[in-house]
Amino acid sequence: MELTLNINGRDHRLSLDPRTTLLDALRDHIGLTGSKKGCDQGQCGACTVHLEGRRVLACLTLAATVQGRPVTTVEGLAHGEALHPMQAAFITHDAFQCGYCTPGQLMSAVACVHEGHARNDDAIREYMSGNLCRCGAYPKIVAAIRDAAPQMAPKTGRV
Amino acid sequence: MRPFRYEHATDRAQALQLATTPTAAAAAAHVAAPVQYLAGGTTLIDLMKIDVMRPEVLVDINALAGQHGEIRADDAGLRLGALVRMADAAAHPAVLRDYPAIAQSLQLAASPQLRNMASLGGNVLQRTRCNYFRDVTYAACNKRSPGSGCAAMEGVNRRLAVLGVSDRCIANYPGDFANALAALGAAVDVEGPKGRRVMAFEDLHRLPGETPHVETNLAPGELITGFSVPAGPWTRRSLYLKIRDRQSYEFALASAAVALDLDGGVVREARVGLGGLSAKPWRSHEAEAALRGKPLTEASAQAAAEAAFAKAVVHGETRFKPELGRRTLVRALLQCAAMEI
Repeated sequence: MELTLNINGRDHRLSLDPRTTLLDALRDHIGLTGSKKGCDQGQCGACTVHLEGRRVLACLTLAATVQGRPVTTVEGLAHGEALHPMQAAFITHDAFQCGYCTPGQLMSAVACVHEGHARNDDAIREYMSGNLCRCGAYPKIVAAIRDAAPQMAPKTGRV
Repeated sequence: MRPFRYEHATDRAQALQLATTPTAAAAAAHVAAPVQYLAGGTTLIDLMKIDVMRPEVLVDINALAGQHGEIRADDAGLRLGALVRMADAAAHPAVLRDYPAIAQSLQLAASPQLRNMASLGGNVLQRTRCNYFRDVTYAACNKRSPGSGCAAMEGVNRRLAVLGVSDRCIANYPGDFANALAALGAAVDVEGPKGRRVMAFEDLHRLPGETPHVETNLAPGELITGFSVPAGPWTRRSLYLKIRDRQSYEFALASAAVALDLDGGVVREARVGLGGLSAKPWRSHEAEAALRGKPLTEASAQAAAEAAFAKAVVHGETRFKPELGRRTLVRALLQCAAMEI
């Protein structure tokens, strides 16, 4: 089927099998490989992206269902060479080891702050529970989110 | 994933028309129909990827949010559109204040991403997490493949049900929100090829009995459009307690949705739902009857819990669940009685 996906502010015209998930469309058809395929069954959070500003799992979302709705991926977080405050905080705190879950962690972390759920460490842990990290970087991820939260602008509809 | 045709419905009438075909109508159960509605997709796409569900047509109903995406609370009660997302219902001020058991049942379920995606209508229809149902390499699953047997009876069954089970199936209903709806006496609005009907939420799901593959009383092509929760003096004093292996992002081993109307410590009315260990969303009328007219004490809560699990049936690894369920209910009732409202 023919469809147009709006990713990081840019339209992409694609011809896809209806079975194509948003994750596969991003990675295999648009070339945005930042969003990662971990479990591919909605359990690990590595594929987290923002759909109309809300975090969702790209692996359980059919590309056909997001036509005309803006999607932001990890590639859309930075402004040119200027990292998003959350990306900078992850580096400062060494909040990853292998890095495979990191794009999903970042997208969830940004949403967590925008939702108002980064009030304290317990809230951060609860609202980051949909993103698994097999390296066990959790304490540093929590620290990075705690630090980045006050540096992030109030939600404007865009990340 | 097997091939399917994707259809986008712009409104309810079109959705119903797309889902009403002769082959769909002939299906043995709504879950077996060749045409399936797609909302959040968190159950359906998952089960299609692992080949447990094999629809030929998906009808995308997300555009129906305009018609069925509202949350409304008034003196009569709470009205939740089927296309409301879990996260939005969980955070709604009127739900948080007047129906805390509902807010908590949603908030304690799944992950933030899944709660942003999953619709309430789809949430109540989520299917069991029984390993033998989800893994098609096991031949024996009466729910997936009628008449094939049940590998769970003698297998890994720690997470499965002890209430409402049959000798054909011990799969548990895994959700949370549905147990709160059952406890609070909700109704479900259904639209189908033959028009609109309203049924008690307790009647939506069926016990497995001889036909565990027929999970609900929905006819093929019928669509849930919303839920109504009647107001009552007990809804504000209500809570959802969920006991699980992990503190977050995990299904319940046992859960209790309770609501109390107290008159100086004496129970005027009690509502009790149980989850995690039942074959369908569970309301314990036995526990409610045991509490009515009694002072709410540890002893009366214990008596209600005994009544709730009097007919529990255990298999192998589920032996611990009646006691876990009883303790969960006792704790929930005592916490509920102590709530400041």
